[in-house]
Amino acid sequence: MTDVNSMLPLLAVAASLGVVPMLLSARSPDVREGWTLAAGLAKLALVLGMLPRVLGGEKLCFQVAEVFPGAAIAFRVDGMGILFGLVSSSLWILTSLYSIGYMRGLGEHSQTRYYCYFALALSSTLGVAFSANLLTLYLFYELLSFATYPLVTHHQDPEARSAGRRYLLYIVGGSVGLVLPAMLLCYEKAHTLEFSPGGILGASGLSGAQLFVLLLMFLFGFAKAAIMPLHGWLPAAMVAPTPVSALLHAVAVVKVGVFSILRVLTGVFGLDLLGSSGLDSLVLSLAAVTMVAASLGALCQDGLKRMLAYSTVGQLSYIVLGGALLSPEGLQGALAHLATHALGKISLFFCAGAIYVATGKQRISQLNGIGRRMPLTMGAFLVASLSIMGVPPLAGFLSKWYLALGCVATDQMLPLGVLLLSSLLNAAYLMPVVYRAFFLPVPDGEPTERLPEASSLCTWSLLVTAMGCVLLFFFPGTLMELSSLAIRNVWGG
Amino acid sequence: MEDALQLLIAKYNYWIYITLMMIGLYGVIAKNNLVKKIVGMSIFQTAIILFFVSMGMKKGATIPIVVHEEASHGVIRAVDYINPLPHVLMLTAIVVAVSTLGVALALAVRVYKKYGTLEEDEILEQIRKS
Amino acid sequence: MTEHLPALIVVVPLLSAFLVFALGWVKRELCFPVGLCGLGVVAWACVGLLVQVLESGPVTYKLGGWEAPWGIVYVVDTLNGMVLAAVSLSAFIQWVWSAPSLLRQFPDRLGALYGLQMLFVTGLLGITVTGDAFNLYVLLEIASITAYALIAMGEERAALSSLNYVFMGTVGACFYLLGVGYLYIMTGTLNMADLARLLTGLHGSRAIQVAFLITMVGLWLKMAFFPLHGWLPNAYTHAPAALSGLIAPLMTKVMVYVMIRIDLHVFGPSYSFEKLGLDRAVVWLAVLAVVMSSVLALAQRDLKRMLTYVILMEVGYMVGGFWLGNRSGMTGAVLHLLNDVFMTLCAFLAVGNLLYRLQGCSFPELRGAFSKMPFTMGGLVATALSIVGVPPTCGFFSKWYLLLGALEAEHYGFLAALIFSSLVSMVLFFRVFEWAFFSSQHENAEKGHTGSSLQEAPAQMVVPLLLVAAGLIALGLFSGEIVSRIVEPAIPMAVS
Repeated sequence: MTDVNSMLPLLAVAASLGVVPMLLSARSPDVREGWTLAAGLAKLALVLGMLPRVLGGEKLCFQVAEVFPGAAIAFRVDGMGILFGLVSSSLWILTSLYSIGYMRGLGEHSQTRYYCYFALALSSTLGVAFSANLLTLYLFYELLSFATYPLVTHHQDPEARSAGRRYLLYIVGGSVGLVLPAMLLCYEKAHTLEFSPGGILGASGLSGAQLFVLLLMFLFGFAKAAIMPLHGWLPAAMVAPTPVSALLHAVAVVKVGVFSILRVLTGVFGLDLLGSSGLDSLVLSLAAVTMVAASLGALCQDGLKRMLAYSTVGQLSYIVLGGALLSPEGLQGALAHLATHALGKISLFFCAGAIYVATGKQRISQLNGIGRRMPLTMGAFLVASLSIMGVPPLAGFLSKWYLALGCVATDQMLPLGVLLLSSLLNAAYLMPVVYRAFFLPVPDGEPTERLPEASSLCTWSLLVTAMGCVLLFFFPGTLMELSSLAIRNVWGG
Repeated sequence: MEDALQLLIAKYNYWIYITLMMIGLYGVIAKNNLVKKIVGMSIFQTAIILFFVSMGMKKGATIPIVVHEEASHGVIRAVDYINPLPHVLMLTAIVVAVSTLGVALALAVRVYKKYGTLEEDEILEQIRKS
Repeated sequence: MTEHLPALIVVVPLLSAFLVFALGWVKRELCFPVGLCGLGVVAWACVGLLVQVLESGPVTYKLGGWEAPWGIVYVVDTLNGMVLAAVSLSAFIQWVWSAPSLLRQFPDRLGALYGLQMLFVTGLLGITVTGDAFNLYVLLEIASITAYALIAMGEERAALSSLNYVFMGTVGACFYLLGVGYLYIMTGTLNMADLARLLTGLHGSRAIQVAFLITMVGLWLKMAFFPLHGWLPNAYTHAPAALSGLIAPLMTKVMVYVMIRIDLHVFGPSYSFEKLGLDRAVVWLAVLAVVMSSVLALAQRDLKRMLTYVILMEVGYMVGGFWLGNRSGMTGAVLHLLNDVFMTLCAFLAVGNLLYRLQGCSFPELRGAFSKMPFTMGGLVATALSIVGVPPTCGFFSKWYLLLGALEAEHYGFLAALIFSSLVSMVLFFRVFEWAFFSSQHENAEKGHTGSSLQEAPAQMVVPLLLVAAGLIALGLFSGEIVSRIVEPAIPMAVS
């Protein structure tokens, strides 16, 4: 593993940023959306360009500016980072295609603004993925919060306003109020903020209680990870247009939260320190509570998107749990879950959006018989649901398998039990939707003939992501290689 | 008691300036009429000017004009001359005080034209109403 | 030529002030370009001087060739080199930016206005560059008196607010002068370097203590440090928009500079922080300042007025950070001084642009501002991020040092106040953005593209704003460089 200087990370982060002026000056919607797609492809190409080199054991580094002694704004692309970068940049392209169909289908206003902030949000996401230290991570984390605000409040109505308030309160309140002081404390004790395999706090001389508080500050400060009780913003943020919920609140934003937590666990605290100070059980219990409680919450929802949001809250904690298992299998499961959940959940959101575009329905109770009217969409919904539940041969199974292995390997039966319970609950809230859609009759007074699916762009993108769930199970090669690379980083083996 | 009296008499110039300064400060803070405030401000400034002037002063000394003949056949004894520097400084300070006063009065005139009164409480009353 | 740069800094704006003033009668159109040239030369001289200081150490210039303790000297080190550059650059930017609104608002008084602005800048630059305690007083009064006059140009309550400022400002300046008088009695000198040398032997003196306290109180009054802040909100709110863009960013910051200068380079850090044992008390006062002004800012319903309370908050940051007495805190204070000049400038430029187009800037009047004036609001967003402390804007980096200083000094009250005020400023600004973003008329906004309802301020006002906004980010990215080359050398080695 060698550090190699390279501009590529910076370019990859900036690719979507650079397109903003083009978007603003584009004369027609077609040109504008062309630019968005071009930026997406360029970004993906840059990330893919880095992939073989990272797999070859190099770490691509780039330092923008050294702002404090021992803390710079710098990028370092390692296995974990590029895994996340790859997931978000490839899904961005699909989401862009989907957005075009969705936004045009609904005739939404201010679409230029929408695409601009989407591009900005993606830049920040990659920035988080590639950041070499806590400071850079914090920088992009904050940028992401502000870049997504106009997306969440896109409708500019009172509901959006209150959702936006809650969004900022939780997320920026958490990062300024908790992460900033925690980061400061780390810097004061360790004189560096660099993520390093063994953590930086090992020799800091912090007492157990101090470490406990510090860890809590990080866990709750990164409120994007939606660990209960700081999950309230996520269901509220569902007022956003569906592609935003799909990419940001199933992939980019929330995954940035858990990614940050994983980084803090592995790179700042270090797994040894976590184990020796017994803090892993704190993380485990928080994650376990969230998993179960969020799944129960999802059971009570009638709004389709809100149900998916609660499901996301629960699934995010799988990843946190995987990180806190302190075993290679657990971490591998966590990283794999980052990708598999992204694919599954984005398909589900795409479906929800497609139903909304085609029929205007947003509630589960209205979905009786919809499967016969929109078979493609609901078929994809079924596949994605099964993947989220972890049924083979779908991608979700892989990650859950590794998570379970992690539990077994470290002899922790309680997390294993929670994992299984939560999977059952997943089925309990997802399957009724499928059942309604395919087996209940269409309510009286509604036409029963087959609906034209939402625009072809929407349908194609959701079919592609659902296919992805299947394909990833059979061809997990790159995913697994990257996650084992990340594990070798952490365990130094 | 003796000491206190000594202190009072020996440093009477300081006591005068402090008294004047307090009078001025009282005027600025407590008076309701804007012109009275301005007068207070002026007294305050003057007190400080007096303080500087008195600090250059020495008992029995004369203005610092060194006559050549005297200088040629004797040592110049600093005790015989007052310190000119604080006085010169105060020339500048007086100019500053005058300009401040000018600005303040001009503003007072504008306030009067606008509100028809110089009593602060009445002006605030008018502002509150509008 | 380069050896006369320190003199140019004061002489050029002074002469151009009179020239501009005279031109106001003769040929009004020439006021703007002549002043622009003047300020251009000044900015060039200031930046040149800073470069010179960075390359070859502090510069001392004897005015009129008189030797140090007798004549007036101008001393430029990295600390005031930095302040000079910031003041002159922001004055230059403001000059360009303010022209359209001045022309619209005061077409018949341009000469006087431009002359006063130029004199104000002269005063500030003089305060910054001088190495003589009494000279500082005179220049302070030049800056203040012109500020009184400029503020009084506003409408409505401006004259009254300005008059209140006159009272408080004069009392503050007089306190400073009194303090200088005590110092002169004890040492017989007015030169700062000389004072510093002589004062080392006088640490026990009661008179010096009085001098120190009186000077500080005077300066706090002038910089509107919390309990002494009463004059500022009204004065800055009622000043004409174009002129608060000049006064608000610079006046308080230069006063903070004077405090730093006097404490570090006249009384010396060991006297200021250890001898009197006041440091913790002052930091608690700063805590109070930060918290109270945050709370008061929350109570405001007008953007411009709210920003004046934000200025008070920032003053609290700087005073508190400085009085922590450790290296990190002081680094934070000095860096924040630089950043805050541009942050406040950016904020008031944005407010000026808004006021150029809108009736006022109370919150309901801001409705729909994002779609009407996207660039201006973009500038305001940059400011807000910087004030909240979001990286990579510069505000984050100075706040970082301030927080670090508080942590090192174990002053958790100040730490908490800083975090609290960051959160409050987020609420403050996002409340504004909510008003500006959520408009009732968005339904009739056309699909897809925006553009028809655009009512942006003229380019001459927008471009400077965007430049400053970009500058906020640039300052942030270069803050490492700035700290190691400019701020570090400015803090005496004795401070650990």
